[in-house]
Amino acid sequence: MPAPIRLRELIRTIRTARTQAEEREMIQKECAAIRSSFREEDNTYRCRNVAKLLYMHMLGYPAHFGQLECLKLIASQKFTDKRIGYLGAMLLLDERQDVHLLMTNCIKNDLNHSTQYVQGLSLCTLGCMGSSEMCRDLAGEVEKLLKTSNSYLRKKAALCAVHVIRKVPELMEMFLPATKNLLSEKNHGEILHTSVVLLTEMCERSPDMLSHFRKLVPQLVRILKNLIMSGYSPEHDVSGISDPFLQVRILRLLRILGKGDDDSSEAMNDILAQVATNTETSKNVGNAILYETVLTIMDIKSESGLRVLAINILGRFLLNNDKNIRYVALTSLLKTVQTDHNAVQRHRSTIVDCLKDLDVSIKRRAMELSFALVNGNNIRGMMKELLYFLDSCDPDFKADCASGIFLAAEKYAPSKRWHIDTVMRVLTTAGSYVRDDSVPNLIQLITNSVEMHAYTVQRLYKALLDDISQQPLVQVASWCIGEYGDLLVSGQCEEEEPIQVDALEDEVLDVLEGLLVSNLSTPVTRAYSLTAIMKLSTRFSSVNRIKKVVSIYGSSIDVELQQRAVEYNANDLLDLLGGNDVVPVIQTTVPTKPASAGGELLDLLGDLSLTGIPPMTAYNKNGLKIEFTFERSNPSPNIAVITIHATNSTEADMTEFVFQAAVPKTFQLQLLSPSSNVVPALNQGSVTQVIRVLNPQKQQLRMRIKLTYTHKGSPVQDLAEVNNFPPQSWQ
Amino acid sequence: MQFMLLFSRQGKLRLQKWYVPLSDKEKKKITRELVQTVLARKPKMCSFLEWRDLKIVYKRYASLYFCCAIEDQDNELITLEIIHRYVELLDKYFGSVCELDIIFNFEKAYFILDEFLLGGEAQETSKKNVLKAIEQADLLQEVSTQSVTSEHLCKCIATPQ
Repeated sequence: MPAPIRLRELIRTIRTARTQAEEREMIQKECAAIRSSFREEDNTYRCRNVAKLLYMHMLGYPAHFGQLECLKLIASQKFTDKRIGYLGAMLLLDERQDVHLLMTNCIKNDLNHSTQYVQGLSLCTLGCMGSSEMCRDLAGEVEKLLKTSNSYLRKKAALCAVHVIRKVPELMEMFLPATKNLLSEKNHGEILHTSVVLLTEMCERSPDMLSHFRKLVPQLVRILKNLIMSGYSPEHDVSGISDPFLQVRILRLLRILGKGDDDSSEAMNDILAQVATNTETSKNVGNAILYETVLTIMDIKSESGLRVLAINILGRFLLNNDKNIRYVALTSLLKTVQTDHNAVQRHRSTIVDCLKDLDVSIKRRAMELSFALVNGNNIRGMMKELLYFLDSCDPDFKADCASGIFLAAEKYAPSKRWHIDTVMRVLTTAGSYVRDDSVPNLIQLITNSVEMHAYTVQRLYKALLDDISQQPLVQVASWCIGEYGDLLVSGQCEEEEPIQVDALEDEVLDVLEGLLVSNLSTPVTRAYSLTAIMKLSTRFSSVNRIKKVVSIYGSSIDVELQQRAVEYNANDLLDLLGGNDVVPVIQTTVPTKPASAGGELLDLLGDLSLTGIPPMTAYNKNGLKIEFTFERSNPSPNIAVITIHATNSTEADMTEFVFQAAVPKTFQLQLLSPSSNVVPALNQGSVTQVIRVLNPQKQQLRMRIKLTYTHKGSPVQDLAEVNNFPPQSWQ
Repeated sequence: MQFMLLFSRQGKLRLQKWYVPLSDKEKKKITRELVQTVLARKPKMCSFLEWRDLKIVYKRYASLYFCCAIEDQDNELITLEIIHRYVELLDKYFGSVCELDIIFNFEKAYFILDEFLLGGEAQETSKKNVLKAIEQADLLQEVSTQSVTSEHLCKCIATPQ
């Protein structure tokens, strides 16, 4: 059997493949060769074969059949084998598979090997991928190595201990004794970095450890001081800064120790100020240290002077050419804007400039920060910038930006007109991105700005003339026109400079009808515009035109439109009250006493004789049944007294039950108060209510009823026509 | 650090080091998505991005992207220095390192990384010491492949520092 090909040769061969298929073929061929080699239990070439397998694994091909081979390599005495074996274990094995437990014994042996590089391999593997069980088994060995005098092993053991603690937090205690001298001077500083990492991990995980290690603050301060003050140390130097990695880790540990503790915070105050002022800022490495310093200053109980220093560092970061620095500055400022608001305000203009940055993440943070900084004093200036930003920013931002602007405007608007103008601007520039819930909110805003109605409707109308594609804008505009159409055509305006809008009734109706037919309009928009048209019947004189339009939609495919149109058209019903509601509600007065509308009604208070008029079921749907029973008052045969009985056969109560009715023009209707507004479940009771109908012309009685109630937590609403009145009830 | 990936401009993986336990399938998915995301970044963008709930730090050196996933409390700027240090180590070891070196000697790239980082944290902040350790280990490897008495020689070479 020829020797398996070498790793580098395989790599070279595979790279010559011109297609994916060709590559796959080569891989399969080699895998087959490797498999048979494994089967032969070949010790000599196992290492080479596993290495090749690892290469193929990196290309994305399956390599699980090599897992056991890795274990065999680890168990070998040859260093080469162990190196590849451990590497293979880290790449191919994961702690979810039982196979990995077989490593435990090998690792245990290697942790005690006479060669430190073998010990190193096993520590590294354990610290990288050791499962909880393995960590439990081997924690003792790691602890032993943490106390050795060999610094090469000690630092690896420290990081391995970090991993053990992460996997099995209960084992943290056992490492405590070993930490006693970790920071002491005797260690030549070589194990300082890993020691600090270990101490940090312990303090982060346990409040007890945290209090215990607080006493190290002076030592840490001293070490940091030496790092800054000491001369050039080429080994640990990066761009003239001594061991920046260690500096950053110490600063982070100080942060954890100083947080919430006055004494510790005071003890580190000076060194933080020193680092903050003396660190060289020309390169990334210096700024990395400053960044960590700022984070620490902001988190501990530092004096205000120090905090201002920190924020100013961030302010300088914002002006740095390096976008990475600007990014971390914005992130940090976002974290501190609530607690140190005034200090951050001083950098507002720089932050606003970042809105124009090319980087998406920077822009987003600048936007969030800008919103956080808006207040009553700077609202006008800030809004100008934010509106400009809204204009030019990515679509991803527009929804959030628009929402932010609405919120800010609501809180700090200097005047109603400014507010409306701002809202208009958002709707016209980013109208399609505005969130759905903004529309009702904006309608509410406009309603409440009573003195701005004419101005608002004129501006919105003008905007519609320009562009009907942005649905939220169109919806708000339609609603406004329906509501204030009279102000629109009259041309009057509260503001000094009236908007030049010549709007005739017919033109306005043209526009609204245009919305109904346009492909750009969504069903919701169509509903808004149809409703607006209907409302205008009470404000405009061209009622016939309106009726015609509405009747067309009586047979519209869109059910919503159809329903509204039908409601409107049904027998000349008047009084579709828009009010603040988008959905026209058929309301009747619901007095608690009989109204004194005409003497005839008042005479009814006695003398109701039951005639033989049969009761009828007016409505029966979804478990709600409404029956009408009739009484006719003798002195006034024109009045029918109907008692409704509402019952509920479902297993849940119907609460907040409201019954409303409307009748044709020639009738008059009076609804007395109901017996209750809960229709109990399972027909256990009924709600009754009395309706009095005056029918002087003896016309056929017809009624439209509206029912609203809450059932099983959801609101229910229904409309129905009642046409099956027995003739005796109205003749 | 949760993981580090090295990949080419065509999206080919050259090294993957995972410090969190994930299945092969999950690793592949993460790799695929992240590589796509990073390759789509324009040159003017900064080296940091948020991805899922992690912070990603990446930097391109010649034809290779070095990409690390760090946690919320980790310092992005110092991570850039970690990446740079690793590149310096590779450079010193291979002598003006290029992508081909890492392709043909991927196992050595791993060995160097494992002498520099352990469990995602730096174990040695001196460049010299990392390179010295690698040198010694390489020597040990050479010796162990040559003779049967390698075990004895191992004991001689491996003197504690």
